[in-house]
Amino acid sequence: MNFGRFFRSTVGIGLTAAFLVALPFIAATGGQAWVRILDFAILYVFLALGLNIVVGLAGLLDLGYIAFYAVGAYTWALLASPHFGLHWPIWAILPIAAGLACFAGVLLGSPTLKLRGDYLAIVTLGFGEIVRIFLNNLNAPINVTNGPQGITLIDPVSFGAFKFSGTTQIFGVALSGPQKYYFLLVALAILVIIINIRLQNSRIGRAWQAIREDEIAAKAIGINTRNLKLLAFAMGASFGGVAGGIFSAMQGFVSPESFSLLESIMILAMVVLGGMGHIPGVILGAVLLTVLPEVLRYGVGPLQMAVFGKMLVDPESLRMLVFGLALVLVMRFKPAGLWPSPERQRELQETGK
Amino acid sequence: MSANLPEPLLEAKAVAKHFGGVKALRDVSLSINHGEIYGLIGPNGAGKTTFFNCMTGLYVPDGGGFTFAGAPLIADAPDKAAARGIARTFQNIRLFGNMTALENVMVGRHVRTKAGVLGAMFQNPATKAEEAAIRQKAIDLLHYVRIEERADDLARNLSYGDQRRLEIARALATEPKLLCLDEPAAGMNATETEQLRELIDGIRCDGTTILLIEHDVKLVMGLCDRVAVLDYGALVIEDVPAVVQKDQRVIEAYLGA
Repeated sequence: MNFGRFFRSTVGIGLTAAFLVALPFIAATGGQAWVRILDFAILYVFLALGLNIVVGLAGLLDLGYIAFYAVGAYTWALLASPHFGLHWPIWAILPIAAGLACFAGVLLGSPTLKLRGDYLAIVTLGFGEIVRIFLNNLNAPINVTNGPQGITLIDPVSFGAFKFSGTTQIFGVALSGPQKYYFLLVALAILVIIINIRLQNSRIGRAWQAIREDEIAAKAIGINTRNLKLLAFAMGASFGGVAGGIFSAMQGFVSPESFSLLESIMILAMVVLGGMGHIPGVILGAVLLTVLPEVLRYGVGPLQMAVFGKMLVDPESLRMLVFGLALVLVMRFKPAGLWPSPERQRELQETGK
Repeated sequence: MSANLPEPLLEAKAVAKHFGGVKALRDVSLSINHGEIYGLIGPNGAGKTTFFNCMTGLYVPDGGGFTFAGAPLIADAPDKAAARGIARTFQNIRLFGNMTALENVMVGRHVRTKAGVLGAMFQNPATKAEEAAIRQKAIDLLHYVRIEERADDLARNLSYGDQRRLEIARALATEPKLLCLDEPAAGMNATETEQLRELIDGIRCDGTTILLIEHDVKLVMGLCDRVAVLDYGALVIEDVPAVVQKDQRVIEAYLGA
C-alpha cells in the first residue's frame, strides 16, 4: 500500500482535509485541554520539520534547536506585551521573529562550519544552553527578559479585530480559542510541509543531501559547502522562530523554563523516531511524541486508581520511562525510523533486516 | 595533436607538498594539452593522488601552483576548481550513498545551475524549466555511461563497476574541461577494463581533456597520448608512451633498482 500516492489522490486529500477539520471538534468532546494538546502536536510538527532541514537533509546534528524557538518566542513576547508596552501586529512580528532566529542560526552556524557529528552536537547543545541562560539572566542591569519570572499577558494572535483567544461564533459554529489556533497552525503547518517538500526536491535540497552523504565529494563537484550549511542553519532557525512566536501568543506567557535541553532532545527524537529526512515520518514522529505522553498522563492515573485503588507510579515518571523504552525499541527494530523514506525501507529489506 | 603548439589547458609549476617530514611532491611541473588523454603513473605512494588533491583544491600546495585555461587556480577552493571546469573521481569511490543514481548525477549539475531557495519555494517557471533540464541531462548522462536502468537505485546498492561509472557520470555532469580519473580501473576485471577504456576514449572524442591516474600500465599505454611518471614525489619523465615505456628510470622505479 502506497501512502504517498493515497495522500496525493483527490479522495485522499478530501478525506485528510475532512479529518483535519473534524479533529478539533472531536477532541473538544474530551475537553478543551485535548484541543490544546492537538495545537501543540501541530506546533511540534512545525518545529520538527524545521529541524529536519538541518538534521535530516543537511545532516548537521543540532542539539540546540530550541534556542531558535526561544528567540522567536521572546521576540513575540517583547513586541506584543505590556512588558515594554508594545503591541505590534502579527505581520510585523513574525518576520522579525523569523529574521532574528535566522540571524541566530547563522551566528551558530558560522563558527561550527568545520565541525561534524558529535562535535557539532556538543557545540549546538552549548549554544542552546547559552540562549536559555541569557534569557534567565537578562533582567539586570536593564530588564529585558524579566528573568526567570518570564513575560506574562502576551497578546494573542489577531488579524485586525479578529482575536484568536476566547470563543467566537463563525457561521453559527462556536469556536474556542484553542480551536481557532488549531486552524491557524494547520494552515501554517501545511505551508511548511509544502516548503519542505519543494526544498527537498530542489537543487538546494539535493546539495544539502550531498553534503550529508559526503562532504568532500560534494566540494569536489562544486558545491559551496560553507554557504549551503549556513543556509540550512538559517532556514531551520527561521522555522523555529516562527513556531516560537506562535507558541508565545498561544500561551500568553513565556519563561526560560520552556526552552530546556530536554525540549531540543524531544524535537530531535521526533525527527529520528519518525524517519530522518522523510517528511511524513517526521510528521508522524512529532504527533506521536506529543500526543502519547498526554494520553499516558490522562490515562495512567485513572487506570491505576481503577485497578489498584491507589496511585503506585507517578504518571510523570512513567512517561519518561516509556519514552526511553520506546526510543530503544524503535532504534533496535526500526533503525531508520517508524516511517522511513521508501528508498531507505527498500534498502533495509535488501540487506535482510 | 601538437601540430601547431597548442596552449596547455593545465600547467603545474613546481608544485610541492609535504606532510611533516614526508615530501609527497617535489617541485612537480607538467602541462596537459587541450583534448589529450594524459596519464599519470608511478608506484604506490609516489604522490599521484596528492598531486590530484592539490590540483582540485582539496590540499593547499606548499610551493608552486597551477594555471588552468589561462588563469591561476585558487588553492583550498574545490568548489571553485569545479566551477572553473575541473571534475574528478576518487580512488576510493565517493558517491552519495543514500541518494539514487539519478540524484547523484543531478547533484553534479549544481555548479552549472542557479535556482535558489526562493525559486524552490515558489516554483516559478524558470526554476521548473531548470529542474526539468537538470533531470533530462542526468538521464542522458546515465545513458552515456550505460547505467540508465539503475537510475532509481540507491548509489550504495550499485555494483562496483556501476559505481565507478556513476562517479564518472556525476563528474561529467559538471561539464568539465578537464576530467581527472583517480584509478578508475582499480578492482576491475579484463572485460570491465576494456569497457572503461572505450568509455574514456569516447569522453575524449566528445571534447573533454582527461587526466588519468592508473596502475594498469597496459591501459595507460594503450589509451594515453602522453604519460608522466612520478616516483618519490618527483617527476621522472613526461613523454609519449612509447618513449616512457623504454626509459631506464621508469623501469627502475617500477621494478626497483
